[in-house]
Amino acid sequence: MMDQALQHLVNGTVLGGTYALLGIGLTLIFGVMRVVNFTHGELYAFGAYMVYALVSLLGLNFYLSLVLATLLGVALGALVELVLLRPLRHADIDSVMLVMIGAALVLQNTEMWVWGGVAKMVPTPFVGTPLVVGPVSVLPLRLFVFAVAVALLVGFWLLLDRTRIGTAMRATFQDPQTASLMGVRVGLVHTMTFALGSGLAAAAGALLGPVFVVSPTMGDLVGLKAFAIVILGGLGNLPGAAIGGFALGYVEEFGAGYLSTEYRDAFGFLLIILVLAIRPQGLVAARERIG
Amino acid sequence: MLNRRTILLGGLAAPLAAPLVLRHGLAAEPVRIGMTQPLTGVVAASGNYVANGAKAAVAVLNRAGGVLGRPIELVLEDNKSNPREAVAAAEKLMLRDRVPVMIGAWSSTFTLAILPKLLEYKVPMIVETSSAARITTSGNPWVFRIAPTSEMEALAFAELLPKFSPPIRKIDFLSVNNDFGRGATEKYGAVLGAKGIPTGRAETMTPEATDLSAQLTALKQSDSDTLFVTTGVEQLTLALRQAIEQRVNKRLISTGGSFPDQLLHNPLPAGQSSDHILFYAPWFPELARHPEVARAYTDEWNRNGWEFAGLTEGFRGYDAVLTAAAAIAGAGKPEAEAIRQALWKVDVKGVNGDIRFFKEGPAGQESGQNHPNAYVVRLADGKATLI
Repeated sequence: MMDQALQHLVNGTVLGGTYALLGIGLTLIFGVMRVVNFTHGELYAFGAYMVYALVSLLGLNFYLSLVLATLLGVALGALVELVLLRPLRHADIDSVMLVMIGAALVLQNTEMWVWGGVAKMVPTPFVGTPLVVGPVSVLPLRLFVFAVAVALLVGFWLLLDRTRIGTAMRATFQDPQTASLMGVRVGLVHTMTFALGSGLAAAAGALLGPVFVVSPTMGDLVGLKAFAIVILGGLGNLPGAAIGGFALGYVEEFGAGYLSTEYRDAFGFLLIILVLAIRPQGLVAARERIG
Repeated sequence: MLNRRTILLGGLAAPLAAPLVLRHGLAAEPVRIGMTQPLTGVVAASGNYVANGAKAAVAVLNRAGGVLGRPIELVLEDNKSNPREAVAAAEKLMLRDRVPVMIGAWSSTFTLAILPKLLEYKVPMIVETSSAARITTSGNPWVFRIAPTSEMEALAFAELLPKFSPPIRKIDFLSVNNDFGRGATEKYGAVLGAKGIPTGRAETMTPEATDLSAQLTALKQSDSDTLFVTTGVEQLTLALRQAIEQRVNKRLISTGGSFPDQLLHNPLPAGQSSDHILFYAPWFPELARHPEVARAYTDEWNRNGWEFAGLTEGFRGYDAVLTAAAAIAGAGKPEAEAIRQALWKVDVKGVNGDIRFFKEGPAGQESGQNHPNAYVVRLADGKATLI
């Protein structure tokens, strides 16, 4: 019994790391820009397809491909912000949401058109034999993914906390008008925020694509889960998104392991209902009114 | 804009082209066969393979003169791995394209969703893959299934039990949570249970699930020696790879004809193997009931440069088109009711074997069911061997 619990704990931690990565990008964009980014799942799929293309089609080094896929995600995010969101800076939240839903559909259908509907697998330099420590086993690839996810989370926190652009982002997060009066170029902050958030989604896709399979619809469930994570942690709350990511990973893993595998995906959403009922502002966020 | 030169050239060409148009255009109006498959979505790999098989059959038949002296046209619609879309695709084929016969729809869930529409529009459908028993027992006389039911498959597998060493003593299931997966769990459990092989744990997964670690960790605790996995190609590949990761030290067997083709290029770690219940083993075409048909199918597939592993599922589309064409030829006209009547009389040499329909379901409303052959193929280190 303890063996099983330990294995679930390891599985939940590894899964939670990537969920946290997904949640951080989404919540950052909402926090700074007040944009509900429905393209987040598609940017995740974009990252996965880019790593597939770079490794399988161009024959590039796997690690280099992960970096390039993330950078391409950053570039796509910047493009979406400049072309779609910048003209809507002063539009109401409903119009922006509709545009983002449209953009998500366009991205998904473009992926389907370019890559076809059949799932792809990404070859990796990692062996398929699991590392075994006592009763627990885990693939080296999953450990690598977890380590990179944690490194990205720490790096992102450092970026926000210790750099000028991070300070500008936090200032815009707190009060865009005052930030603007203090000389912060809010337009540039928005572009960088959306690009960075998109880059994190693409990084998550690039990391998880080789673990699972790459398909045009892979972003659907992931996008939904990213929203679940952000709601769990509190909208616009960065530490909350990280905690929400790990919470969702554990709830899914232990719920499926001990209650029912049939409702694995439902457990996360049941948790959201519970959190919203008891603590509507999320697990971490302070009470605030949005919009 | 038309200028004088264009009109002059057109005038000269028209009398020359007219006989060709009459012979090949008007006289040879194609006979349409409708098909809906999951070309995108979570089971897209299988759907595309089956669609390719159908295209291969159409090409082979058309080279041989088509049917009723007319070429065959395959009208293919994507059901997007979604039952609602499957119904929309079927309605489009029957109402707008006015196909007199259909093929579909891969998953039992998609096929079951379409069944009422067949009754409504009175168009026969050849079911090439779906295995849920209800498809041919619910009293729908427009359904003709060439694929085996889960029970048939389980019975065919049970005959091969003596070939497994060490013997199978207790089984677990990991099945996709739909009609396909639940049907396999129920029927394999019952058939093998009757042979004295009890079921340990039965776990499910949603069709979209990619992380199966929780299910596999739970299955690892069971004292069974064999795990049956039932799902589409993509999820099957993930399940087998993750079973190795979670050290599920059991014999791994996939059901339903799905074959994890990616494991040919990216095999499981050395020493690990998996067994697969298939209905065509392309590594051994000479062992097919009709090797010449299997060879024609394989040659056409290779001519198109499609992936080898897709042959394991593509034959379904190939055999379905052969069956539809035989029924159209038997009917003497491309009309739905005549084709339905003719389907009861077909005797087709298919890739899987002989295709003939017997009656299933309530009297007077019977559906047609074929009795296909099954093989078990072992995959180890990227190499396949027949059990």
